[in-house]
Amino acid sequence: MTLRAPVPPRAPPPRQHRAWSWRSPATRALLWQALALAGLLAGLFWLVHNTQVNMAARGIQSGWDFLGQTAGFDIGEQLIAFDAGDSLARAFLVGLLNTLRVALLGILLCTLLGTLVGLGRLSHNLLLRALCRAYVELFRNVPLLVQLLVWYLLLVEYLPDASAAWSWREALFLSKAGLAFPTLVAGANGWSDWGAWHWQLPALQDFGIEGGGALSPEFIAVTVGLGCYTAAFVAEVVRAGIRSVPPGQIEAAQSVGLSRRQTLRLVTGPLALRVILPPLTNQYLNLTKNSSLAVAIGYPDLVSIANTTLNQTGRAVECIGVIMLVYLALSLLTAALMAVFNRRVALKER
Amino acid sequence: MKPIRLSILALALALASLGSAHAGKTLDTIKQRDQIAVGVSTGVPGFSAADSQGRWAGLDVDIGKAVAAALLGDANKVKWVPLASQQRFTALQSGEVDVLSRNTTVTLTRDASMGLAFTAIAFYDGQGFMVPAKSKVKSAKQLKGATVCVQSGTTSEKNLADFSRAYKLNLKPVVFDKFDAANAAYFAGRCQAYTTDTSGLASVRAKDAKDPKEHLILPELISKEPLGPLVRRGDDEWLAIVRWVVNGLLEAEENGITQANVDQLKADSTDPVVGRLLGKTEDTGKLLGLDRDWLARAIKAVGNYGEIYERNVGEKTPVGLARGKNRLWTDGGLHYALPLR
Repeated sequence: MTLRAPVPPRAPPPRQHRAWSWRSPATRALLWQALALAGLLAGLFWLVHNTQVNMAARGIQSGWDFLGQTAGFDIGEQLIAFDAGDSLARAFLVGLLNTLRVALLGILLCTLLGTLVGLGRLSHNLLLRALCRAYVELFRNVPLLVQLLVWYLLLVEYLPDASAAWSWREALFLSKAGLAFPTLVAGANGWSDWGAWHWQLPALQDFGIEGGGALSPEFIAVTVGLGCYTAAFVAEVVRAGIRSVPPGQIEAAQSVGLSRRQTLRLVTGPLALRVILPPLTNQYLNLTKNSSLAVAIGYPDLVSIANTTLNQTGRAVECIGVIMLVYLALSLLTAALMAVFNRRVALKER
Repeated sequence: MKPIRLSILALALALASLGSAHAGKTLDTIKQRDQIAVGVSTGVPGFSAADSQGRWAGLDVDIGKAVAAALLGDANKVKWVPLASQQRFTALQSGEVDVLSRNTTVTLTRDASMGLAFTAIAFYDGQGFMVPAKSKVKSAKQLKGATVCVQSGTTSEKNLADFSRAYKLNLKPVVFDKFDAANAAYFAGRCQAYTTDTSGLASVRAKDAKDPKEHLILPELISKEPLGPLVRRGDDEWLAIVRWVVNGLLEAEENGITQANVDQLKADSTDPVVGRLLGKTEDTGKLLGLDRDWLARAIKAVGNYGEIYERNVGEKTPVGLARGKNRLWTDGGLHYALPLR
């Protein structure tokens, strides 16, 4: 490669002067595009203007000022401190963080589980292959909402009451109230006093388990439900990716003496990953958007908070606007991150 | 996808129907259609619920029927539109329904800022708590740190937060978007308490509990919940009809006019008030843009307020609510019908 002669720089293409003539197809095409764009903008303007005029005529108040109002409702689980005296904007933020928490953990779970099942479907072991196939067919073909309700009702119906929780060494408690676990907390003197850090253990109180950290059954059901459902699709994506590697490549790897493991790591893996990534991105986007179903089983995600806000303030257009914008932004962000990753693993043509 | 789909539907409805805002008054539309579109709940037994044949029954339903009988002459000229609590206001604002008769609480925000208007109060309610009897809780103030199931899109969420803060109870809400899901979670034991209007608690207990005796409705009422039908703002003639039909049903009870005796009283009674109510001596209907017999027809269709109450939610029904605050003012209750003069 180092011996290759330098490529002479390409001459810039000769500049073409556009002929502004009606007979030029290029000019007419441009005109049509301009007209279509103007029509689209006019349509959008009409829609927004019409909505505003008619809402004003009917005495429906609108605007974004409501975000500064006091929320007035509590939220069951929160990653940042929130109480009923905080603003609605902060309530939306709590909802967004809850959505992100489910989406990130769900993506992690579906990737791990999906890859394992996908590999299992290519196994030489008949039983494993059949089990993995059964998994995919079961989870892919039952509606997600039904699956979420099943997970949730299994959890709250069959786990014991909080007062009789299953415990593991008095540290982990599993019950209808969820999974409680110990957390590491700073001492009374704050973060800097390293010696005072200690474990805070959950303990049984009057109504359930207090102290330590806890995952609610709603959160567990949503995350596990979304993860297992999407894993079925990821498994198929992984299987397709691996099957797309031409057998000649693998035979070539074996003929130069690579072991099976080396073949997988150096040849099959990188080649399959290029095929896997774009459809995998789709699955991640689906998972994030499907998390909006969480409201059905009582998980306070963004949609749940927006629904409550909509009802307290009556700002339907604004609240649904927030939901749409947030999911759009999350999807574009996920797609952009995956695109960066995709570029790194793409076949580099030299 | 369901919550998103509903929301988008609501948005689309709001946008699409706003285009025809000036198409005509609700009253003209109803007469032209010869049918009233009444928004009801997706199933609260005693108030509005459909049976296995799709026939709607309940207190809120009977009010819709009475209005249809008064205006269109037939209690069955109604299209029932079941609405989840988050859809209800958008459905009314956008014109999908003409009147919302769906155990909805009158509040300042709803009346003043949402393009809606309340007509009359059909049921005096208050928010309460239900707990499993085995939990030995006797007062809502003992619920410190408890998890409480609640339905979203209601005034209940806010009242719960207020109550929790006022008594430093640190209650943890678990919010469901469907009444049924909230019920299922409570009866599965996810929450130590369930909160909604006491009428709703009684209705849920009657319908979903394995044994209603295993669940106790606590004595505290943490809010005032006056429930009544709503219409869109700006349709004053239509608002007046709904308002006076509800008042007429109360007035009928006060004057002893029942479904059974209305025809006979109309023919024989010499009582001037009864004569006026039934259109015998005075024509109150003309003032409302109705005919003389409007109230007589409404009573004939569904009975007076007391009959509606006892038939749907009274102590002899599975819901089993004592009349309590919903007695007439003459019996020590809160219902004080505006005079039909």
